[in-house]
This record gives sequence, structure tokens and C-alpha cells, in this order.
Amino acid sequence: MPEEALEVDADVIVIGGGVAGTVCAHQLAQAGKQVILIERGGQPGAKNLSGGIFYCRVMEQVFPDFVGEAPVERRITRNVLSFLNPTSHFNVDYWDQRLADPVNAVTVLRAKLDAWLAEQCEDAGVMVMPGIRVDSLLFENGQVVGVKAGEDELHAHVVVAADGVNSFIAQQAGIRAKEPAQNLAVGVKSVIGLPEKVIEDRFNVTGNDGVAYALVGDCTKTAAGGGFLYTNKESISVGVVLRLDDLEAKGLTSSEVHDHFLGHPAIAPLLRDGELLEYGCHLTIENGPAMAAHDLARPGLLIIGDAAGFTLNTGLTIRGMDLAAGSGIAAAKTIIKAFERGSYGQQDMDDYKKQLGATFVGADMKTYAKAPNFLEVPRMYQDYGLLLTDIFHDIYSCDTTPRKHIAATAAGAFKRSKVKLLTALGDMLKAARAL
Amino acid sequence: MTIFGDVTQRLAGNTYVVDEQSHIEVNQEIARKTGTGKLLVRVCPAHVYSENEDGTIGVLFAACLECGTCRALASPDALTWHYPNGGFGIAFREG
Repeated sequence: MPEEALEVDADVIVIGGGVAGTVCAHQLAQAGKQVILIERGGQPGAKNLSGGIFYCRVMEQVFPDFVGEAPVERRITRNVLSFLNPTSHFNVDYWDQRLADPVNAVTVLRAKLDAWLAEQCEDAGVMVMPGIRVDSLLFENGQVVGVKAGEDELHAHVVVAADGVNSFIAQQAGIRAKEPAQNLAVGVKSVIGLPEKVIEDRFNVTGNDGVAYALVGDCTKTAAGGGFLYTNKESISVGVVLRLDDLEAKGLTSSEVHDHFLGHPAIAPLLRDGELLEYGCHLTIENGPAMAAHDLARPGLLIIGDAAGFTLNTGLTIRGMDLAAGSGIAAAKTIIKAFERGSYGQQDMDDYKKQLGATFVGADMKTYAKAPNFLEVPRMYQDYGLLLTDIFHDIYSCDTTPRKHIAATAAGAFKRSKVKLLTALGDMLKAARAL
Repeated sequence: MTIFGDVTQRLAGNTYVVDEQSHIEVNQEIARKTGTGKLLVRVCPAHVYSENEDGTIGVLFAACLECGTCRALASPDALTWHYPNGGFGIAFREG
């Protein structure tokens, strides 16, 4: 059947109203395309949960005053990297007012942000259909021509799968097989309500500014993964991310690890007298570069955001939403070009790879391809934190025994640590190359 | 230390639109043979799965937070898991 004869309900159907899906739908509508955005949640955002940091500069390409207009929580000007041990922590605490102008990163709560993004889509002419679960793709002669939801069928020239980390659509299309457990992690998160004034005083921030903690070590009972703590306007997003293979291997209970972290003597005081507003969890991607190495397109189909594997843990920054937005923009460009040609086959869809390569999304996925491998080093989650605090303990603990110079103090700590000096130097070199 | 309640109490504060129909099914025999059953009890952050006295796995599907951890870790064919019907299941207010 010639494509011109295909009866369509819209030019493009986007599955999933997260950051990737809404950004893509919005860009397409702005270019004059008829777009249907299908979301399984009763309201856009109802199914979405993220740690909460959005490196949001990319959003200026879509909404020029994103930070001013969108419901964002706080502008992150302080970043704390924390090695957490059972009775100590070692923090790298970096505050920089330059991160506020222009705003580099914000905390967000997805139920609020995604609802706003969906509204922007509607204003741009997208038909947003919430409360509908897409069950499968419709194929005709090997080409994706629409979606099936219950008894209903909807047809379009192109379908965009933005249905998240569990993407049933990408699996059905044969793009993704079952993901190995080491490529995935579960995030278990609590949102703890606290008055604005308490947050400002407790975290030493003022106005709209906020702080983001990334923690490794005892927060996960030394399982691969980490802890996070982000300040919102009137709440704290706090929780753990646990790599599935290690969670299984170490015999840990995910909710207990979460509780252990929130009750840790270094964390509990930050949450004191707070009120639990919500407990949630979400599967997340640990090895984005490996996942995104899959195909990203089929005739009439593109996959974007988490569905495609666009998440990056660089050790210091954990990114997903910015890559989701970037891939949504690249997909929209690809589709707009395909419409100019009037053809939506594999070749047309494969232009997406080129579009991605021209953006920070493709470039960063390449740059950080070795990061997941490096972050597998178990020393990261156990030994380095203890080693660092041992050195500083010996420096600060003036217990009337004779003091030593720093070099000798460090050498002594190394001697007691499981980590050998050469191993540590090797890890540093690897880190410099991978991160 | 401020206590935020056990998992059941925490989930009680969430908003759910509960369907009559379960979106999760455990193949008891395979779950038992492969050890998937016990694994699901541990890894599910919402405590959807529990081990009954007779060793079968109970499923409290209404508590599900739809993360997909169980699906990612279950042995082949031990678990049938899909998203709840449109509009049903967890409705995050914060996210």
C-alpha cells in the first residue's frame, strides 16, 4: 500500500508523557505536525518518578524561560560528594554562585513538572490522551503504522516510544531484549516535607538556591549504587539507588537499605521532624552507553529517553532528564525531515543516530562509555571512604601521642587499609580516563 | 531520629487507583524451583510479594509502585508482569 493512502489519526503518536515524550511532542507540534501523546497515568506525571536533579540548560531550546516558568523547586548551587562510613563521612562540598546564573541544574518533582510539560504540549496543539495504556504496536509490511490500546487502534506515520526504562514497546519491536541486571538499578525514594525556613537554615542555602548530595558507601550497605539527597522548596527528596545484580548477590532487602540510609547518623539529623509525603521507587539505568548501543529505530518507529537507555552516571553527576530532552529534540528533527521526504522507512528513521551524534546526547554517551565499568570497582563503595576518613582522623585526633607529618600519616592509613597505594593510583588513572 | 513508619504505613500515604484485576501473576512452581519467589520478597521496595507458610508467594498487587524490579530479576517464566490498565495503579503526587 502506498503510504499516501494510509489513513492516519495523527502524523505522529508519542507513547509516554515524561520529559522525553513531552519535549518531542512539543517540538513536532511547533513544526505544525499533528501529534497524539498517549500517557498511561490518569494525569500526566502520575507514573513518573526521578531522583530529582535536572541539568536543565537544554530546556532553553524548547522553552526559552524554562526555569522562570516551569514548576521547578530549587536551583542547585551546592554539590556535596560524600563517602559515607558507618561512623564517619568524608565530604567534598562545592558551592559556586556561578551555578545559579545561568541556572545549571534544578530539583524537580515529576508529578508537578510533567503535568506542566503536558500543558505546554496542549497549548502547542498536541492532543494529550491520559489514562490510556498502549498495549502494542501496529505493523504493516514490517513498518510501524500505529498503536493498539485495548480495543482501540490509532494510526500514524511515525510512532515515538518514550515509555521509559521498562519499555515494552522497544521490546516488542525487537530493539531491546531483557536487560542484564547489572545494567539496571532500583531507586527507592522518600519525599520528606519540611518548612522552607528549616531547609534554608539546615542546608545553609537562601532564596531559591538548593543543594544536591551524592553519596557512596555505607548508604547502600556497600552495595553498588549510592544515596542521594536533594532539597526541594518545602521538602527533601532522599533515597538510594541499588544496582540489581549486586542487590541480588548481597542478599539485601531494598526497603531496609533505604531505611538504613535515612536513619544513618549522618543523614537522620538532616531529615529531623520531617513528615513523609510520599514513598516511591523507580527502575533506572546503570549502563546507559551499553543500552543505547542497541538500535534506536525501526521503520516508522523511534525510541527516546529512558526507553532508549539515555542515562549517564558519571560518578559525580547522574543525568537522565537532560538526555531525555535532548533525544526528544533529535527525534523530532528526524521526523520533521522524514515528513519533508514523505517517507518513514528504516533509512529515514536511522537519520536519528546522526541527529543524536550532532548533540551533546550522542557525544556524552561516547565520552562516558567507560564510566559504568569503572564504577563497578567495589573499592568505590567500601574502602576509599574509610581510607580518607582514616587519614583525616589521624590528622585531627590529637590524642597526646606524637604527631606525624601528613605523608607519614597517609602512609600509615594506607598500611591499615585494604587498598594498596598502587591500586589507588591505578584507580585514579582509570577514573581520570573514564569519568 | 524521626521515624517515617514501616513500608505498609508509608504506602498508606500514597495515592492509588486500585483495579479489580491483578497485573501480576506468579508461576508458583517455577518461582519455588528457581528461588525467584524469595528474591522477589526481598527486592520489591513496596513489599508486594510475601512468602506464605506453604512456601507459595502471595501478591499484593494493589501496593505496586510499578518500578519493574521484579520483572527485571525474575527467572524466565516465573512472573507475568505488565503495567496496570490505563489510569489505574499508583498515582504519584510528588514523583
